[in-house]
Amino acid sequence: MTSHDMMRPKNRRGRSFAPVLVAALAASAPTWAGAAPGAAACTGCHGPAALGSAIPSLDGHAADDIVAQMQAFRSGEREATVMDRIARGYTEEETRAIAEWLAKPEAARHAQP
Amino acid sequence: MPSRRALIGGAAASVAAAVLAAPQVRAQAQPSVVVVGGGFAGASCARALKQLDRDLAVTLIEPETAYLACPFSNAVLAGLRGIDAQTFGYDRFGDIGFIRKRAVAVDAERRRVRLDDGTDIGYVRLVLAPGVDLRFDALPGYDEAAAEIMPHAWKAGPQTLLLRDQLAAMPDGGVVILSAPANPFRCPPGPYERASLIAHYLKTSKPRSKLIILDAKDAFSKQRLFEAAWRELYPGLIEWVPLSSGGRVTEVDPATRTLVTEFGSHKADIANVIPPQRAGRIAQSAGVADQTGWCPIDPVTFESRLQPAIHVVGDAAIGGAMPKSAFSANAQAKACAAAVAALVRERQPAQPKLINTCYSLIAPGYGISIAGVYQPRDGLLAEVEGAGGTSPLEAPSSVRELEAAYAEDWFRTITSEVFG
Repeated sequence: MTSHDMMRPKNRRGRSFAPVLVAALAASAPTWAGAAPGAAACTGCHGPAALGSAIPSLDGHAADDIVAQMQAFRSGEREATVMDRIARGYTEEETRAIAEWLAKPEAARHAQP
Repeated sequence: MPSRRALIGGAAASVAAAVLAAPQVRAQAQPSVVVVGGGFAGASCARALKQLDRDLAVTLIEPETAYLACPFSNAVLAGLRGIDAQTFGYDRFGDIGFIRKRAVAVDAERRRVRLDDGTDIGYVRLVLAPGVDLRFDALPGYDEAAAEIMPHAWKAGPQTLLLRDQLAAMPDGGVVILSAPANPFRCPPGPYERASLIAHYLKTSKPRSKLIILDAKDAFSKQRLFEAAWRELYPGLIEWVPLSSGGRVTEVDPATRTLVTEFGSHKADIANVIPPQRAGRIAQSAGVADQTGWCPIDPVTFESRLQPAIHVVGDAAIGGAMPKSAFSANAQAKACAAAVAALVRERQPAQPKLINTCYSLIAPGYGISIAGVYQPRDGLLAEVEGAGGTSPLEAPSSVRELEAAYAEDWFRTITSEVFG
């Protein structure tokens, strides 16, 4: 859990603390402001694991695993319906940045307002 | 060449921006971002803005009490799905300010949106996500009254149910005519998925009937996949008449359910007329739509090319190579939110990279898809070369089944992300 998440309930309950919290929040990373370009588009198909979708959730995967799977999609080594077509649109470097963001704790990515 | 209006707008805009933007942004601890439109684009954008920066005051303006989603509404027409499965409430928007009113005008200079009750709301940045307006001035004979007889069903809701009920009431041996517009329009593969699922209904319930597609185009999305599947599943049932064979409908007569083309006229038992479209009305009145009826945008920030501090996402925007789809709308909305969140805090927006994936059902358990990856290039959203494309032309039925299942689950995932 990030410090941002821990601050949130307090922010909701007590508005009088808002100025202090604003300062604290500014110092912590915003929810997915730090997301790699392209990462936000993944969640259109890949939701939280709790949804129980046939499209696998990306939660709980190590960055190296995601990079390896994307490589396998790109090369055709792993069979796919659409991921082979999508993976070819990303460079190695872009994939790595997205994978590192996806490997962050779930709460940091699927936070609801 | 930019239009005179665009040049004047741009000049006035930069003065306004210089005078207004800086002091306003610095003075506000909670900069106000207003989003107009609660569809896939607008609802996604409001939610993403709040996720990105909880200290933004985010307001979503939407007059309806629920959203009726278009993806999968063709399955409703064919009796494969209830309309309830398409309906999403607005009760899970947390601390996003929700105003249940219609936005009727924008004062771009004073940065205020006027609502239909006469009140107005100020913004530092405005996001317009008005979707499409069906043009009732583009096809002689086709106005709002005609749509009650010859439904478009191109916005999910009463029109979907009207067309569904007409199909259910049609006697076996009837002729269904679907008229498809020229590009660009909402959901490029939509008319052909619709033709497929209506054909499925006819084949199973009214097998002596026929479906004719009168098309204002000579080519369409996923064409080879659709045509191969039609030959396999619906032989002799679907006739596609392209532009070059006289497919363009030039006039309709609702009284006799007749569609007139350059080559003759066709009398239908059921006529589904999908008319030409343009960006939703608020885009026209805000001055962000150009002479095409659509909204030119910067591909990094989605900011209008015609008005400062107004961003346009979803079907209303000129998305370059990106099609007008729910998936595109959601992806654009998140990229736009990231740019807006950066701009209001005077940070440099990052270059976005976007995806689109569109599934079409040809029959229950038979799905196909088209996908693309996009990034800004030469001032437009361009496709990343070497990526994207359609499902393979030759594939075992297990692949089609898998894509049909993925289509369903994509819909569940995206609607849960957008509407909570």
